[in-house]
Amino acid sequence: MGFLHTWLPYILAGIAVGGQYALIAIGYTMVYGILRLINFAHGDVFMWSGLIMVYLITVLPLWVSVILVILFAIILGTTIEKVAYRPLRTAPRMSIMISAIGVSYLLQNFALYITGGLTKTYPTIAWLQKTVTIGTATTKMVTVITPILTIVLVALLVLLIQKTKIGMAMRAVSRDFETSSLMGIDINRVITVTFVIGCGLAAIGSVLYFSNYTGIQPMSGAMPGLKAFVAAVFGGIGSVPGAVVGAFVIGVAENLIKGAGWTTFSDAFTFVLLIVILMVKPTGLFGEKNIDKV
Amino acid sequence: MKKFLVLMLSLLLAMMSLAACGGGSGGGGGDTVKIGVFEPASGDNGAGGKQETLGIYYANEVQPTVEIGGKEYKVELVPADNESDNAKAVTAAQSLVSQNVSIILGSYGSGVSIAAADVFADAGMPAIGVTCTNPQVTADCEQYFRICFLDPFQGTVLANYALENGMKKAYCLSKLGDDYSVGLVNYFKEAFTKGGGTVVEEQFPDKNSDFTSYVANAKKEGCDVFFSPVSTEAAALIIDQAEAQALGMPILAGDTWDSNVITGAAKGKKVDVVVTTFYQEGGNAEFDTGIKEWIESDSTAMTNNGGNSDVAAVTAMGYDAYFVALEAMKAAGSTAPADILAALPSLQVTNLVCGDVSFNEVGDANKTEAFVKKCNTETGSWEFLKKQSAE
Amino acid sequence: MDKTLNSKTKTLLSIACIAAFLVFVYIGDNTIPPGSSWKMMITVIEKGSIFALVAASMNLLNGFTGLFSLGQAGFMLIGAYTYAIFTIPGKSHDAVYQYFDGGLIKWSIVEILEGKLGVLGHYIGMFIPMIGAGLIVALIAFLIGIPVLRLKSDYLAIATLGFAEILRAFFQWNTLGPITNGSNVLRKYTTYGNAIFPVIIAGICIAIIMLLINSTYGRAFRAIRDDEIAAEAMGVNLFKHKEMSFVISSFFAGISGALLAMFQTTINATPFNTVMTYEILLIVVIGGIGSITGSIIGAFLFTAASEWWLRGLDAGRWLGISSSLMRPGFRKVVFAVLIMLIVLFYAQGIMGSREFSWDRFIAWWKNLPSNLKSWPERHKAKATARKEARATKAAAKAKAKAAKEEGEAKKASGEKLFTPLPTSNEVMVFGKEGK
Repeated sequence: MGFLHTWLPYILAGIAVGGQYALIAIGYTMVYGILRLINFAHGDVFMWSGLIMVYLITVLPLWVSVILVILFAIILGTTIEKVAYRPLRTAPRMSIMISAIGVSYLLQNFALYITGGLTKTYPTIAWLQKTVTIGTATTKMVTVITPILTIVLVALLVLLIQKTKIGMAMRAVSRDFETSSLMGIDINRVITVTFVIGCGLAAIGSVLYFSNYTGIQPMSGAMPGLKAFVAAVFGGIGSVPGAVVGAFVIGVAENLIKGAGWTTFSDAFTFVLLIVILMVKPTGLFGEKNIDKV
Repeated sequence: MKKFLVLMLSLLLAMMSLAACGGGSGGGGGDTVKIGVFEPASGDNGAGGKQETLGIYYANEVQPTVEIGGKEYKVELVPADNESDNAKAVTAAQSLVSQNVSIILGSYGSGVSIAAADVFADAGMPAIGVTCTNPQVTADCEQYFRICFLDPFQGTVLANYALENGMKKAYCLSKLGDDYSVGLVNYFKEAFTKGGGTVVEEQFPDKNSDFTSYVANAKKEGCDVFFSPVSTEAAALIIDQAEAQALGMPILAGDTWDSNVITGAAKGKKVDVVVTTFYQEGGNAEFDTGIKEWIESDSTAMTNNGGNSDVAAVTAMGYDAYFVALEAMKAAGSTAPADILAALPSLQVTNLVCGDVSFNEVGDANKTEAFVKKCNTETGSWEFLKKQSAE
Repeated sequence: MDKTLNSKTKTLLSIACIAAFLVFVYIGDNTIPPGSSWKMMITVIEKGSIFALVAASMNLLNGFTGLFSLGQAGFMLIGAYTYAIFTIPGKSHDAVYQYFDGGLIKWSIVEILEGKLGVLGHYIGMFIPMIGAGLIVALIAFLIGIPVLRLKSDYLAIATLGFAEILRAFFQWNTLGPITNGSNVLRKYTTYGNAIFPVIIAGICIAIIMLLINSTYGRAFRAIRDDEIAAEAMGVNLFKHKEMSFVISSFFAGISGALLAMFQTTINATPFNTVMTYEILLIVVIGGIGSITGSIIGAFLFTAASEWWLRGLDAGRWLGISSSLMRPGFRKVVFAVLIMLIVLFYAQGIMGSREFSWDRFIAWWKNLPSNLKSWPERHKAKATARKEARATKAAAKAKAKAAKEEGEAKKASGEKLFTPLPTSNEVMVFGKEGK
């Protein structure tokens, strides 16, 4: 009991942040599964959704802004795909990754210009930021909501992938790009849908994340983005449930490490985990055996 | 498609750069003297740097000319963004030096000032540190002067305040790789342990925005005070978490926290924030009303000040620094950097907003007192508590 | 391409150009007053040559061996720290390591050698820690490489990026404070006196990289880049060569880190983050992946644009244009847009995968007037070609549409679209034949 008494606040915080990482990680894992591309700009789409919310809320009611933020993230993500990734689809892998890094650089610098380098405070969503007490821990409502919402959304997504026609197309494309296009699957449509889902979830994640940590600045997306990517690798890239489990593991572990007094290495730990998993089991926890296309 | 995109993007670029073409008044005729403003406009210290810059620009608005050696000069401010980054600071400093400025003001944040000190030394360019409180800024650089108090002083003041209020165990949080917070925590720790207190020390990494566990750690350790003299960006997040987890102890911080970012974040929250600072609002009514009007009349200034017209201590310090620079030029009777440098050590400036300025042999201002302020969370403003000295 | 010069003249010409450049830098650094705006050019040359070296080292790895590594900033960090730690003069230790009782290492290699050998010792004392920085980085890269180089392209990228982040946290760790000074800056170490120093060192290092690329090892690297399996089949030891490329690249990254430390005169770990790596990568891309001369040109252009030419965009007045849009940060937006344009539409960069050659330069120079003259014609030809292509495309589309409509009409009228194949009721099952 003593253990839980001391560690409950950390575990709760870890689960909350893990859920938020999970929502970002899904975007990474799905895009990687289909395009074999680390979408470095995904973390910045996440940051931009937060930033847009700050500006929208000043003129619109909350629920309209949330919907618009999700729409914005979707439009931004699909535009990035159309402009920066699609023309390079036949180019070497390195080129498309460099393009992704370039987009990320552009999005960050543009945010820097718009905000003038100042940290923007995320609008207060009273209901999410209400203080609640669970056992020995006092925390925000969002901490409780996040894991529940994450799991519901992921369940819906898994249903979509398993049961619908577009889900089947996605699975086919991720298995074999060329063959599925020969089979008459509209590759572009599948990729667009992937980006729509990934960015939409990232936007929902941004509402939860920034309600908890209320400062947004141009680099806010970089670290959560990298951690979410590590989560996706940890869970087995291409696997949605894997990414979610990975995200929760990273979130909780990170907070436990801070609680144990190793605060200097809380970020470094994520990367240690990444390297260890790549060495020991490169396919991740739930990853399928890699089918290498030579 | 490709061509179309190229066209669109280049058009966009062209439009952006041409948008409000014209209207460039330029230097105009007459004699001008240039003052370099070496401040961060982006990065971790962007918010603070902008507020400090505001003070300098307001001072320029109040006093746009200076009489040097019987001749009237127009003062032109030349800004350079050091991006709160030690690596970028060197080239930013170099770009100021190469624009033929007479003296340089800045910066907010000690790391960038230390990094730029050698550039100024090489060029023989006098520089006046506005709110860089780390002792290393002036210690080995004859060109660097400063008008604020130092971290050893401020750390002791803060420790004394904590001890006087019966606090025995302090949780100290600083940022990895940040000279200012690490330095101040060090001096605080020294004075606090000497006075019989104990300290728990932790650091958070760059770009961290999750302070949940740090607040939880402070609670777990049973500390009496949460000392975190970090940038305002992190401060807002810490206050937020302190409220969410019912921290239950006062948060103590240094001069960076004396900003409307903090009062804005703490407003309506159950937190107890105490800071030491250079300036007390209301200390100089003329300055207060003047700068408020100016900020309110200019929307860019308003945004840079964080959306309202509350005066931050660093703004007042920026204002003072400008006048110290003018006085130095007057005393030197010349606009040549070398002459100004020679005139600085014996300079005495009175009638400033944050108290008189004279320099000791290292080049630091002789300051013996700091203001202690407490945040009133109902009105979202600062309340004066007391003046505290290091003894 | 016709040969215009014999190789001896070309070598002479190259040497003359390099010598002229060095003399220019040396005189420029000594004579340009600090208040002149041309002083900025010298600063750009210093920083540009340091970044040219690290870009060339990254190009060796990414462009010539095909290993997508993003650890360069981390390696520079180690190099910078190694150099700085061993050259802080004894008397400055108390001031620099003010929170750590003067630190653990209380001597400076430069000082020791200077005491014994005078001025010569001063320079030897600078070279030893600089080479040492490279060697330590190489050793660490060797150790990191053993596990990491077995990974595939993008995993390798993210793993090296991760290592760089871990290194950064490690160097800022308070427990290591007596050596690394924790979160505080290292300063007061020995730096160079003239801008010519980094130019020469970087030049020598880049020359070594070029020699390496043109050697058998270089050919093996390129074979790995072009086709790993084929290279292995031809007897190239994959892991050995990858590790070699990785270690050599890191060695030079370490040297450039040491040079950067000297350039900045103070060093701390924070700026060596992923953004720095991305910037180095973008330099490589601008110059051309697989071209060392491209990396050099890219480095100078990148540094000059971001530190010098475009700075006016932040200050509100640039090339005589003022605009309210030009406020802090605008420079970086313009810069990022330019880079994106290069990445998308000019992916081969300035030099592509070719190196600079006098033959090509002279040919280009000779053909320039006629090229310029014929530009409108060529443009017109291209436009007509595009128009034609569009017309054929439209015609094909119209035809397909007509065919589809025809089909729909036939279907609506109940006509059969095609004759089905005759079906058979007898199915032969081979397995069950001999029942």
